[in-house]
Amino acid sequence: MADTTMTHTSQMETRPAGWRGIAADWASDQRAFKNVSWGKAMMWIFLLSDTFIFGCFLLSYMTARMSTRVPWPNPSEVFALRIGGSEIPLILIAIMTFVLISSSGTMAMAVNFGYRHDRRKTAILMLLTAALGATFVGMQAFEWTKLITEGVRPWGNPWGAAQFGSCFFMITGFHGTHVTIGVIFLIIVARKVWRGDFDIGRPGYFTSRRGRYENVEIMGLYWHFVDLVWVFIFAFFYLW
Amino acid sequence: MVDVTPADAVPPAEVGEVELYHPHSWWTKYVFSQDAKVIAVQYSATATAIGLVALVLSWLMRLQLGFPGTFDFITPEAYYQFITMHGMIMVIYLLTALFLGGFGNYLIPLMVGARDMVFPYVNMLSYWIYLLAVLVLVSSFFAPGGPTGAGWTLYPPQAIMSGTPGGQDWGIILMLSSLILFIVGFTMGGLNYVVTVLQGRTRGMTLMRLPLTVWGIFTATVMALLAFPALFVACVMMLLDRVLGTSFFMPAIVEMGEQLQHNGGSPILFQHLFWFFGHPEVYIVALPAFGIVSDLISTHARKNIFGYRMMVWAIIAIGALSFVVWAHHMYVSGMNPYFGFFFATTTLIIAVPTAIKVYNWVLTLWRGDIHLTIPMLFALAFIVTFVNGGLTGLFLGNVVVDVPLSDTMFVVAHFHMVMGVAPILVIFGAIYHWYPKVTGRMLDETLGRFHFWVTFVGAYLIFFPMHYLGLMGVPRRYAELTDMTIMTESARHLNSFISIMAFIVGFAQMVFLFNLIWSIRHGREAGGNPWRATTLEWQTPQTPPAHGNFGKELPIVYRWAYDYSVPGAKEDCIPQNVPGDFAPSREPA
Repeated sequence: MADTTMTHTSQMETRPAGWRGIAADWASDQRAFKNVSWGKAMMWIFLLSDTFIFGCFLLSYMTARMSTRVPWPNPSEVFALRIGGSEIPLILIAIMTFVLISSSGTMAMAVNFGYRHDRRKTAILMLLTAALGATFVGMQAFEWTKLITEGVRPWGNPWGAAQFGSCFFMITGFHGTHVTIGVIFLIIVARKVWRGDFDIGRPGYFTSRRGRYENVEIMGLYWHFVDLVWVFIFAFFYLW
Repeated sequence: MVDVTPADAVPPAEVGEVELYHPHSWWTKYVFSQDAKVIAVQYSATATAIGLVALVLSWLMRLQLGFPGTFDFITPEAYYQFITMHGMIMVIYLLTALFLGGFGNYLIPLMVGARDMVFPYVNMLSYWIYLLAVLVLVSSFFAPGGPTGAGWTLYPPQAIMSGTPGGQDWGIILMLSSLILFIVGFTMGGLNYVVTVLQGRTRGMTLMRLPLTVWGIFTATVMALLAFPALFVACVMMLLDRVLGTSFFMPAIVEMGEQLQHNGGSPILFQHLFWFFGHPEVYIVALPAFGIVSDLISTHARKNIFGYRMMVWAIIAIGALSFVVWAHHMYVSGMNPYFGFFFATTTLIIAVPTAIKVYNWVLTLWRGDIHLTIPMLFALAFIVTFVNGGLTGLFLGNVVVDVPLSDTMFVVAHFHMVMGVAPILVIFGAIYHWYPKVTGRMLDETLGRFHFWVTFVGAYLIFFPMHYLGLMGVPRRYAELTDMTIMTESARHLNSFISIMAFIVGFAQMVFLFNLIWSIRHGREAGGNPWRATTLEWQTPQTPPAHGNFGKELPIVYRWAYDYSVPGAKEDCIPQNVPGDFAPSREPA
């Protein structure tokens, strides 16, 4: 479907220079993005759209935080854990962030081994990524539980602006849903890799399309995006 | 632009043929079909069905406005529910779905020379989720308390308070859920349309050879993928406000003497999110209409479109500009005067690319061989209507003029002309134009002309008087106007007149529906290319096009889509897949 083969380049010299050339390049024959497969193009465009969703969530949160007349609870105190008798601010969030960023590393390795058609290592690394993702969601569940027992609700909390809880549950919940979906798909793709679907070109159950090892990379794009979004949530919600 | 016309210069295929999904049963062929053409028909049928509901709602509203006090069952609450559902259905579930899901699915693969959309399975899911969204929407009519009556803009805080119909019942919950579903479904389809245009074209089909129809639908889809997220977020947040009692949009507020739980939210935030979606939405509906009308005019005037490149750039410019004008819907909400200045300026700048398009349509007609076929009549009617609606937009885009006119019938007249009547005229024209390709038969000519004249003249008789009512100060969204001093004798007569015209125009649509169904069996046989058009969908080996669209070999494109009446050519129409050696081209170099 969507081969990553090189485009022939014989026409390139005849293209005009300057802006017209840029326009001509973009508009050129058959494909706007040369050597980009359909699946990869689709994932990138989806991620662009999803960026707008997260952007709107974060902007709405910032509007709420900046316009409230009630004090905003201090994240370093709210998200502190008492370990060995001392309050350590943001410790859980720091571990969560570390886990998620690490999962991007294992994902990148999985992509690499995928293109080497190393089924075993690819599948193991993808499952490791999924495990790290699941750990992240698990720690998030712990964090939610802790806050709920302390009296934080979507409609109010003991320390200040009600929007703190609303934004927290909404944004981390929406992001956590993304991670969960990612984990599910990681397991599905890992199973396909393990079974050798991409080597024998087995048609997909629903789509009847033959998968290729590029699917691992497309999965990776989504996963890295979810990690990147977390960095922004971390910066704007927890560090602000 | 490089493009070289000789046949040997067409570059080799960059992408190998894709295996198509082949249906193996009646169910997978006609119901759970992955073929974009079937999905297009499903989308169009569903959109038309829900559009009929909106039509009936508009009749009910006009009954109340034209003959106040006569119909007991139209309570003020019911009136608000009608107005809300009419607006929402028309803008989202009819226009957006029909242009992008209907025409997009049918025309994009055929016009760019593809066998199908790039991800047929996802495309199929898109339709079924859209259908689910429509069903959730319809279910709100039967829910306790009925559908929401918050107005199609669903402004908080009133949207989720008990004074608004459906505010504390199921209405608003179902409305927001339905919108969220619609956006999810649309995204699945939209990704398909965009990737098909960008990456799935046939050999020789550069972007600058795309028919303008595809350009319009493509740009609108890109915009929708960037604008719907804001609505999605707004819907999620309002749903949380309503269901969980959060206060994103709800300020501290007293209802029936009681302080509500909400505190500290910002209703203006909702307006920003809503209109960041809402204004691009206007162009999501308008750009496909611009594109389609360009092709209709060129084909039926047997002349190449004037200024093709300019038309493409104007589409892109309008698409980009429409993201920076949203607050012109919020002048009366109150904002920093400098913001008002900024948004008024950007709004008026949009008139430039839009005017370029209108001039180019007129210059395409200039000394053309104009055939007054039904699609052409609708295309001409569109130009006139769009200019009319656009000019009143200049009034409303200016802060000082908008403030007194805001929330009057003038606004109703403006947006119905520009984004109601105008795009729908194009939809009609497009259906008369492509129906022969979809069914193999022509729509009946006599019924078609009747439909056109009643719709066109009738729409003016409905909406033109509204400008006058609005200038008099008659407010919109009022269920009952009788006792107001501005409702003079003549204004009341005018209102009744508008209502009667609304029924007549609605009746003409029934004739159109009859024509659609009757002509499937009894229409004149159309043949493969009844309009002698150049674009690829008319060059398919079968009509209606078979599964896979183009037979064994995909067509190769040698020229742009507008080689009509080329000097020195034997035929006045040279299809895009005719090699340059065989016939000259007027493609701009």
